[in-house]
Amino acid sequence: MCGNEALGEAAIIAGVDAYFGYPITPQNEVTAYMSRRMPEEGRVFLQCESELAAINMVFGASATGKRAMTSSSSPGISLMQEGISYLSGAELPAVVVNVMRGGPGLGNIAPSQGDYFQATRGGGHGDYRTIVFGPSSVQELVDCMQLAFDLADQYRMVVVVLADGILGQMMEPIIFEKKPGRKLPDKDWALTGADGRKQNIVRSLWLKEGALEQHNYKLQAKYKQVEKNEVLCEQYEVEDAEIIVVAYGVAARIVRSAVDKARQQGIKVGWIRPITLWPFPTEQISKAADEFRIFLTVEMSLGQMVEDVKLAVAGKAPVLFYGRPGGGIPTVEQVVERIKQLTIRVEKTPAEKQWEKDSLKTVQREA
Amino acid sequence: MAGKIIIDTEGCKGCGLCVVVCPKDCIDISEQSNKHGYFPAQANNTDCTGCAMCAIICPDAVIEVQRDSNITSIDSGNKDRLSLTKEKT
Amino acid sequence: MKTVFSRTPTLKDCPTHYCPGCGHGIVHRLIAEAVDELGIRGRTIGIAPVGCAVLAYDYLDVDMVEVAHGRPPAVATGMKRTNPDKIIFSYQGDGDLAAIGTAEIIHAAHRGEQIAVIFVNNAVFGMTGGQMAPTTVLGQVTATTQQGRKAVGEGHPLQVCELLSVLPGAIYIERCSVYNPAQVRKAKKAIKHAFELQLDGTQGLSLVEVLSPCPTYWRMTPAKAMEWIEKEMTKVFPLGRFKG
Repeated sequence: MCGNEALGEAAIIAGVDAYFGYPITPQNEVTAYMSRRMPEEGRVFLQCESELAAINMVFGASATGKRAMTSSSSPGISLMQEGISYLSGAELPAVVVNVMRGGPGLGNIAPSQGDYFQATRGGGHGDYRTIVFGPSSVQELVDCMQLAFDLADQYRMVVVVLADGILGQMMEPIIFEKKPGRKLPDKDWALTGADGRKQNIVRSLWLKEGALEQHNYKLQAKYKQVEKNEVLCEQYEVEDAEIIVVAYGVAARIVRSAVDKARQQGIKVGWIRPITLWPFPTEQISKAADEFRIFLTVEMSLGQMVEDVKLAVAGKAPVLFYGRPGGGIPTVEQVVERIKQLTIRVEKTPAEKQWEKDSLKTVQREA
Repeated sequence: MAGKIIIDTEGCKGCGLCVVVCPKDCIDISEQSNKHGYFPAQANNTDCTGCAMCAIICPDAVIEVQRDSNITSIDSGNKDRLSLTKEKT
Repeated sequence: MKTVFSRTPTLKDCPTHYCPGCGHGIVHRLIAEAVDELGIRGRTIGIAPVGCAVLAYDYLDVDMVEVAHGRPPAVATGMKRTNPDKIIFSYQGDGDLAAIGTAEIIHAAHRGEQIAVIFVNNAVFGMTGGQMAPTTVLGQVTATTQQGRKAVGEGHPLQVCELLSVLPGAIYIERCSVYNPAQVRKAKKAIKHAFELQLDGTQGLSLVEVLSPCPTYWRMTPAKAMEWIEKEMTKVFPLGRFKG
């Protein structure tokens, strides 16, 4: 099954009540698949007039306590940022799938990872976070979907699933398995009609002095819990690695092959693959940086996740970047080349050694 | 009098719409402000028929209207005016 | 003496932040009366706009949500489609519905969403300080049309009822007003009718436009503002039932 359809089916198994979407390449298979399957399951499907409308329909359904989702691609996700900010402020659960394409602007329809900033830094306004997944395979995409809905409900947050044009189109064998979900709190805040109870209000406006500040602290406390409990990350061959490559999503698959090839050539290289991009595996990368290593981040962009890697490494080691933007996909050979270049730099050249000696002399003279 | 209105003068904002719509001119604006600084409407009730025009136009719903229970119709020449107000026991 | 008129339960007994003579207070009351007379408080969910009425949930005692500017019809769609047994209404001003929210209202009407839209038209953006609204009339002075609105450059006022009534999915469109008690009663009937259609399960969108005063930004007394609606606004926005 192709990734786009698989994520739809996974959402249905996870109990999604409503899907609202608007066509945009490369995720049109999602809308088409859901338009057939959701009514079959007696659930709600609507192709609406825009992504602005879609995210707000998700808002409405979620406010009444239902599981709701939408999917789109980069330019459409830009339109949804307002809605995501409102969902976050109002603490409404929602799942948003971004099948990334080249940007900025209309860009192209090729796969890209250029929306990492948008997803993890919160493309909308205000101090909020969304949980972000960066799955690497169709199976992982499928597994993410159930977890996404559970996390969204548990923490009352938006969960963004970052796929890309390759993952969406790619066909891989998958196993659909309804896993036992987490124990989730009751949605007593939901708008179900104030029959025999006080009215519920879902809001994100807090005008009274100090009220919004308190609300933000409440959100932050929640985000701290997520950071503590929900990081997912995979490591491969890092124990003796002198070079560690960090990548997520489809880029990680390319890097994995490159790492294997480089190892065959005797290079001590390992791989860390964040699966949750927020919360970011800061601790795991920081620990890996305790031993002197060179970090290479590979992305299908001009370098976005590399900033988080730098933050995690906190200056303990050099962090370098290789990537291709605008729909360009690094090849295994190109990544292996970059890794090889780094091995040269592990040993200082004679010129570098001389320069160091000379600079030391200058410093001593000036002192 | 056939009718009587009770105005919650602290909730009134003194917009004066009730004064304008009252067909019997028995509401005016007080010269004393309420604690919010508004000059509220006050009822003198002398000729009040309990028609409820004031309550219907009031944007703040601060007027309660009462009517003499012995009177089942008001000789206003306009039966519709009576039939459209709410009856409560 | 018996009480023939008093505050209805769904209208909370608290002071509102609306200006003296503002039409919102009247329209809120009419909605509350309709909800109580139909006995649907326990299954009604309302959507508050961005605008002066953003705090409508502090005055109407039903489950309510506050959403992004212009989006209520989309939010209402999401709510109604997943909860067909609930009575969903949106409450929007002329900025919310006729400026930023034009796509949402047209498509909700076009699809025939089973919701009630109460559209309060006071020809100005009140909350933000009296700027031109799509429904500001020609010649009207506002914060952003200080020489008065001109047709060339600023366009004619937008007639929402007329625009929506060509859509088959819109089943009940009426424009009313609150400029005197008789008009207030008509407005109440219209609002109640919109709720009744949803209760009956009639497929399609209902919209009630209410011409409402904004004494503050029209720079008039409340009484003069009501007169202005009667004499001037109704020329541009004729009252009546357009559909249904």
